[in-house]
Formats: sequence, structure tokens, C-alpha cells
Amino acid sequence: MLEIAGDVSLFGFRAITSLFSRPLEGDQIRRQIAEVGSKSLLLVIASGFALGAVLTLHTRSTLVTFGATAWIPTVQSLAFFIEIGPLVTGLLVAGRVGSGIGAVLSNMRATEQIDAIESLSIDSFKYLVVPRIIACTLALPVLTLFLDFSGLLGGFLSEYSMSRLSFQSYIASSFASFEWSNFYPPTLKTAVFGFAIGTVSSFLGYTTNEGAQGVGRAATRSVVISSLLIILLDVLLIKFIFFMYPESAL
Amino acid sequence: MIDNGAAAVAFHQVSKSFGAKRVLRDVSFDVHAGEALCILGRSGTGKSVTLKLIISLLKPDNGNIWIEQDEITHLKEADLSRVRRKMGFLFQDAALFDSLTLYEHLALPLLRLSDKSQDELDFVIDRVLKQVGLENDKRKMPSELSGGMRKRAGLARALVLEPKILLADEPSSGLDRITAAEIDELLLKQKAEHKTTLIVVTHDVRGARNVGDRIVVLDRGRLIADGTVGEVEQSENETARNLMSEC
Repeated sequence: MLEIAGDVSLFGFRAITSLFSRPLEGDQIRRQIAEVGSKSLLLVIASGFALGAVLTLHTRSTLVTFGATAWIPTVQSLAFFIEIGPLVTGLLVAGRVGSGIGAVLSNMRATEQIDAIESLSIDSFKYLVVPRIIACTLALPVLTLFLDFSGLLGGFLSEYSMSRLSFQSYIASSFASFEWSNFYPPTLKTAVFGFAIGTVSSFLGYTTNEGAQGVGRAATRSVVISSLLIILLDVLLIKFIFFMYPESAL
Repeated sequence: MIDNGAAAVAFHQVSKSFGAKRVLRDVSFDVHAGEALCILGRSGTGKSVTLKLIISLLKPDNGNIWIEQDEITHLKEADLSRVRRKMGFLFQDAALFDSLTLYEHLALPLLRLSDKSQDELDFVIDRVLKQVGLENDKRKMPSELSGGMRKRAGLARALVLEPKILLADEPSSGLDRITAAEIDELLLKQKAEHKTTLIVVTHDVRGARNVGDRIVVLDRGRLIADGTVGEVEQSENETARNLMSEC
């Protein structure tokens, strides 16, 4: 286990150092951002919307008891921007994109496509792995914002159906006690999630040597390990955010 | 830099193992510039590994491999890249990239490794595709190509950088006799017109007779015969003689 963790870390470090060497692989990066970002967008928006609606229903039933239904928009926005948005987006992308990266790269390994790239004097690591890691790292914060705002929209529609609260009032209440430290650090931490998903999935796909059998195994392991890593990183990064922004912990 | 005479490729006492399995044992042979060498042998005797060692996709455990004047077993990645540009590799199942059209397959190495203009790029790609008979298929994806067309596409990609040495791994595998003969013809044409050195791995004895100026036979990782078709047919080694009489 420690050996694999070390190998993955070296793999990620190699990806970072490769960023500073030519060629920059701009076309590949654009292609992968489209693959990771735009093709995950519908899933992220739909999930955020449903979560927002359901969370409001649950929150309302509790807050009604205390006569605190006016706090619903605030609770909703803080919950989404601080924790639900980053974590759920990370897990969704680990499932959709992580499995795809693991499967594609392991299939390319099994069918000698990676050997073919090397035989053409092209650095297969730079061409295949680095753009995928960059795409995951850049796409996660943007996808998180989409999930956050679609969650707010779902929450608003759910609340509107119960209390006829106007959209302006809902948004004003949502951000009334909101600070930038509630927004920037949690959103930016998803870049770390993206880096982890890209690195783990690429490592498992790129380094497989199990032939056709390894394709399914790499896809499954990519999802499982990426998801566990995101949960672990979430705990560590929350501690780090509390250390850097003590007011967030209050 | 080591003086290796006129050999385009030289294998000296090369051994390779995967775990406990020894795939090649002290294999030595030379291939001269412009020569066509066929490597024959049954499945699992180390033929494909030999090709991958030549293009440095694998590293040997022992021994030396020369590509012209370069001993490649200890070269750094940048130097390896320079040496690989001398070679083209036709993979057994063509190894085409699922997400690229045929045109993009050929454009990829040209864009990376040459400074050709778009017009020059189109000219070269059209010429190579015409050479392999795929001039009307350049917008097709690999999934739209038949087995024979995929082999031709793989050959086109291997030839697009005008390699001095062409490595072909089982060029006739999975093809009917007529299509296999067409691929052999393309290899011979490349050799005749461009003086390309050919190293062809095959278990198709008929194809080896057609293409090879020389034949080496591998058996259980050892080189058991090396010579012209006639010489291998008269070899002292019974396995080599039996193999040559299979067609």
C-alpha cells in the first residue's frame, strides 16, 4: 500500500515537472477539458439541483420546529459552498471521469497504442497523462460552482413551493452572512481533488500491464481509490482551511 | 559513439527476462543497411520482444544493441528520441489511436518532428496514403477500417517520417492470403524504392520467403539458425528445417 502511494506521488510529481517542458500540448489539454468539463456538466447540474431541493425539504421540517425557517437560505448556501458542493462534485467526477481515464489509458496500453506513441518519438506521458491531470485540476472548481448554484436554485424552487418566498429575498438571505472565506478556500480545494483524480486514474491506467483484463480493473480501482482519496483530502484540507482562515471555524 | 561497421542494426549477446521467464538468451545478429531480415519462430519465442528491444520500448537485461553508430541500451530519453526517428514500427494489430482520423494519425508525428507547412504536410500525407492505397480514406476513423486497411494505415503511419529502418510485427497476422501478400508487396516496394532496411517478425513462412533476404529462426529464446532461405532449409538444426518446410 505504501509502495503504491509512493509510486502515485512520484507519478504526480513527474506530471508537475513535465508542465515546464515543451511541447505544451495545448490541443490535448483543450480536448481533455472539454471531455472532463462539458461532458460532466449535465450530471453535476442535475445532482446539485436535486440535492438542493431535498436538503431544503429536510432542513425545513427541522427548522419549523424552532420557528427558524427564515434561516433556510443561509443554511442552504453555507452547506453547499463550504462542503456539499466541493465534496459531491469531487465524488461525481471521480465516478464519471476517473473511471473513463483509467479505462482509456489501460486500453491504450493493452492495445499497444502507448507503445505506438513512443515509437513515434513522442513522450506518451506528456501527451496522454499531463493533459488529463491538468484538465481535472482546472475543471473541478468550475464544476463545483455549477453544482453550488444549481443547488441554490433547487433549494429556492423547493422553498418557493412551500412559502412563496421571492427569488430576490432568497438570494439576499443566502448571502447575508456569507464571507469570502466561505467561498474561495472550499472552491479552490477542489483543484486538489481534481489533481488527485487525474493522477490516481492516470497512474492506474497508464501503468497497468494486465492486458485486456486490466481495463475493467483499472476503471474500477480508479473510482474506488480516487473517491477514498477525496474524502481523506477533504478532512485534511478542512483542517488546513481552518488554520489559514480561523474565522471559518467559528 | 561506437564504430559498428555497415550494420543498420546489431544485436550482440542480448538477453531479456520477464520475472522468472527468460524470453531471449544471448541472441546475436546483424542486419545490414537495405537488407530485409525475417525473424521466424513459433509463438512465445521472443520475436516481438526482439523488435521492441530494437526500438527501445524494452531494455535488455544483458548485451548490446546498436542502431547504426548508436549503442542504445544506455541512451537517455532525448538521444533515444533521435534514434527512434530513424525507425518506423508496424504493430501487430496496427495500434491505431481510437480518437484520431487516419489523416490525424499521419499528421501527429509530422507536426511534432518536422517544421513542414500545412501544404507540405498535406502533400506528404497524400503521398504516403496513396503509397498504401488509402488515399480516399483519410477522414475515416480506425473503427471504420477493415483489418487489411488498418494494417495499411499502421504501415502509412510507420512510413510517414521516411524511416531508414522499418520494423514490422506480424504484418500478415489476421489477414487472408491475398491481403497478406499485398502487405508483403508494400514492404518489398518500400525496400526497393527507398532502400529501407526491413526487419519483419512473422510465423508466416511463405511471407518470410517472399520478403526476406535473410532469415533468422528463434526457438525458446535462442537463435538456432541464421542465413538465406536456402541456408536455413539446409540448417543442421532440425527445428529450423521443420519450420521452413511448413508451407
